[in-house]
Amino acid sequence: MSTLKIPVSGQDHVQGNAKAGCTLIEYGDYECPHCGAAYPLVQQLQKHFGKRMRFIFRNFPLTQIHTNAQAAAEVAEFAASKDKFWEMHDLLFENQDRLGDELFAELAGQLSLDPGEMHRALKKKTFTDHVRTDFTGGVRSGVNGTPTFFINDQRYNRPMDYDTMVQAIEEVLAG
Amino acid sequence: MSVLLPPGTQAPDFALPVTPDQKLSLSELRGKPVILAFYPADWSPVCGDQMALYNEILPEFQKHEAELLGISVDGVWCHTAFAKDRNLHFPLLADFEPKGAVARAYGVYFEAAGISERALFVIDKDGIIRWSYCSPIAVNPGAEGILEALEALEK
Repeated sequence: MSTLKIPVSGQDHVQGNAKAGCTLIEYGDYECPHCGAAYPLVQQLQKHFGKRMRFIFRNFPLTQIHTNAQAAAEVAEFAASKDKFWEMHDLLFENQDRLGDELFAELAGQLSLDPGEMHRALKKKTFTDHVRTDFTGGVRSGVNGTPTFFINDQRYNRPMDYDTMVQAIEEVLAG
Repeated sequence: MSVLLPPGTQAPDFALPVTPDQKLSLSELRGKPVILAFYPADWSPVCGDQMALYNEILPEFQKHEAELLGISVDGVWCHTAFAKDRNLHFPLLADFEPKGAVARAYGVYFEAAGISERALFVIDKDGIIRWSYCSPIAVNPGAEGILEALEALEK
């Protein structure tokens, strides 16, 4: 059984109630179609569980098969530095089929971020280490592909459909 | 019934095609840790496929100076196309003829399906197996076990 080795910290992007009984963590890649498919699923879970669940996203870009995955992750981290992580996270998944510099600049504009500043941050690799740290932490925790979910520190190995995940989270909440 | 070779065993040597006109033998890599990753087949349909994952983690393996070898019963042309498609930066060995002979020698041949199990071996610089693991065939074992084994080699 694989267990989360990197505890939730202030470095994490957290959505939802800090005191929720359940923490759902996704290790994901903005270019991975399976993560794209999981994006609305996570939203459904958030809606269903409300204050009983919080959600955390960590980066796991498979850069050798997804040419825009690293840049997309850094774009989201840049947005995070301006308190716009979740807005960018959502937009990246919603525009997954158009990932690339043109889209990144467009999304930055949409969120009132400076595309020039973002471009410079990517060029200077300001957020490269952050993304790599997420990745290596994921490897240590047994992330074996994307998306990988952890429910309260335990890797989720069951099918990634709404009913099965609701049940798994209910089990954790029931203790 | 074959049994996964346990730690402490001398790793059976082999020479398998790595390109259409080149073979690679395990003994050539003596002096360095070697990771043998047996897997069922090329062209697994998921993004998080085991070989793609190891390809990403390669720099972590290289910190330990370890060589990673992927092995399946697929032929060398199939491996070549797969490696190119997935942009793999490590060798894939073709355990193709006699089919699965190396997998059998390591106790990881899945007879009923005619493919290799999903099994991992970490071999030390002297050619001794120091860690081995066989995963359920549908479960990608990830890499944390390999990294822990490589760290243990240095202790």
